[in-house]
Amino acid sequence: MDGMAASDGMDGTDGMDGTRGTVAGGDELIVLEELEKVFRVRRRAGRFRRTRSEVRAVNGISFTVRRGEMVGYIGPNGAGKSTTIKMLTGILTPSGGRLRVAGIDPQHERTRLARRIGVVFGQRTTLWWDLPLRDSYALVRRMYRVPQARFRENLERCVELLDLAELLEVPVRQLSLGQRMRGDIAAALLHDPEVLYLDEPTIGLDVISKAKVRSFLRELNAERGTTVLLTTHDLTDIEQLCRRVMVIDHGRLMYDGGLPGLYEAGAGERQLVVDLEREQPPISVEGARTVRVEGPRQWLAFPAKASAAPLVARVAADYPLLDLSLREPDIEDVIARMYASGDGGGDGPRAAEVPVAG
Amino acid sequence: MVKVLDGLRGYGLIVGMWFRSTLAYRASFLLTTLGNAITSWLEFAGILIIFSHVDQLGGFSVGEVALMYATASCSLGLADLFLGNMDQLGARVRDGSVDTMLIRPVPLFAQVAADRFVLRRVGRIVQGLLVLGWALAQLRPGWSVLEYALLAGVIVCGAAIFGALWALGGAFQFWAQDAAQVQNSVTYGGNRLLQYPPTIYGTELVRGVTYVVPLAFVNWVPLLRLLDRDDPLGLPGWVDFLSPLVAVVMCALTALLWRVGVRSYRSTGS
Ligand SMILES: Nc1ncnc2c1ncn2[C@@H]1O[C@H](COP(=O)(O)OP(=O)(O)OP(=O)(O)O)[C@@H](O)[C@H]1O
Ligand SMILES: [Mg+2]
Repeated sequence: MDGMAASDGMDGTDGMDGTRGTVAGGDELIVLEELEKVFRVRRRAGRFRRTRSEVRAVNGISFTVRRGEMVGYIGPNGAGKSTTIKMLTGILTPSGGRLRVAGIDPQHERTRLARRIGVVFGQRTTLWWDLPLRDSYALVRRMYRVPQARFRENLERCVELLDLAELLEVPVRQLSLGQRMRGDIAAALLHDPEVLYLDEPTIGLDVISKAKVRSFLRELNAERGTTVLLTTHDLTDIEQLCRRVMVIDHGRLMYDGGLPGLYEAGAGERQLVVDLEREQPPISVEGARTVRVEGPRQWLAFPAKASAAPLVARVAADYPLLDLSLREPDIEDVIARMYASGDGGGDGPRAAEVPVAG
Repeated sequence: MVKVLDGLRGYGLIVGMWFRSTLAYRASFLLTTLGNAITSWLEFAGILIIFSHVDQLGGFSVGEVALMYATASCSLGLADLFLGNMDQLGARVRDGSVDTMLIRPVPLFAQVAADRFVLRRVGRIVQGLLVLGWALAQLRPGWSVLEYALLAGVIVCGAAIFGALWALGGAFQFWAQDAAQVQNSVTYGGNRLLQYPPTIYGTELVRGVTYVVPLAFVNWVPLLRLLDRDDPLGLPGWVDFLSPLVAVVMCALTALLWRVGVRSYRSTGS
């Protein structure tokens, strides 16, 4: 969070505000200004009638990602994460707003941009189904014109770190989901992209594979300075990898900043767990509320920002205290609370949907 | 220009991958090749059977009809080899796998053209060339080099027109993913039509394939000139040389529509 603020100058460091001035600087790799994507969809309404409506999948998002950042892009299902990534890569044409990646307009110079970015879609593979993994990599080398030596070096690194050695000669269709995902990540990196987009890269991976992928990404970012933008529903990914998080919902940016700030923004609470000498009615103490009582053990919730010390002192003064422990807020809870406060919550489509005339 | 070269190079690379992929299924490759060969030779056998009963068909001799058959086959074969899988773009649009093509540094058109490339399609071209040789042996037209060059030009322009039709159909599939049937009836169906002389069809039909879908320019119009025949529509003489222009216009139109199509590609939710 602090890192970002530096380049923004007088534009403020407010983490909640997604819009930042676009200072034209070489450091800003990805720049979005009021980006929009509207899908026109037709729905069945009754037996023969169809109504047309618009889905605002991305509804005016602005942010800047600087070179070398590793950013988590999270939000509930249907929030517009994948749609944003598709516009960043030139797959989809934006309906409005401005967009630059490495100074390139993805929509107009898609193939030129393609040489400089790597993309991994968790749901989709770029590997060749009937051919050994190695062949897909050979294609990448020729298609991106990677110099032979460079290619060998990159491949060796990926093979080692992602544990692909035994898979190279196996036809892709015989790989398991997790093996294929690792193969896909390697394929996206052989041409030394400046930016790597990952859309749910840890989906369906076991604990060990997840750890492997995470440490690989961390190393990539640290050693090569590759900028990484990743979406995920596994918040451990975010906690372990990203210093900056962007939360979107209904196609709008809800939060942009560091993880600690996210707790506050989501009105996060910490919990004090106290063990008393004997069972007691719920503790009532200033600055906290009792959320759970189980025999002599009680849980007190208090704002994440507040210090625990005075609270502990107050409890100790009034109650027979045996032991206590402090629980940090659960990031999942925090985010769930944020989603819910975004609007009525509910299970409806997350993107804003409005019927259009005609 | 650079883009065209890039496209050709990418096309070659992807064709190579598909070629190796099909080698993984050798038996299926052999069977479908055999199947296709039988189908196309039966087609030609049909023409020979007709001529075992009659001497002329719509005023054309067996050699002349064979020439029409051969040029149509060669043109369609070339277009089919290079762009034949355009009709399957719809499936790729529907399941969103165009996404993975769009992140590669190769123009989309080249990738779609190379998609699921199958070498067995060379078969139709080989057969067309064999029939062409046979037809010329029958006709012994006594042409000069210029006329043979014109004949080659007919095949190339015909291939361009067929190719443009295929790509046009492909571009439409960005909006209507089920256009494949219409597209195939125009191309493969058109090919069947062009294998016989225009005089055996009603003028309405001939008009349709001249003005609406300009299939007549694939082989009929220029061949009638080469064979010194009258045009059933009575068009002025210079029209006989319009095939290249028709091909260029069709290709330009296709390129335009393709761009609009790619822009309107909407992927799938993911
Ligand atoms: N091709 C499409 N046509 C119509 N609507 C679409 C299309 N793609 C996405 N949408 C809609 O846009 C919205 C955002 O979808 P998107 O795939 O970006 O969500 P997401 O944030 O990636 O969700 P998830 O976490 O489930 O992957 C959804 O409401 C979805 O229904
Ligand atoms: Mg998604």
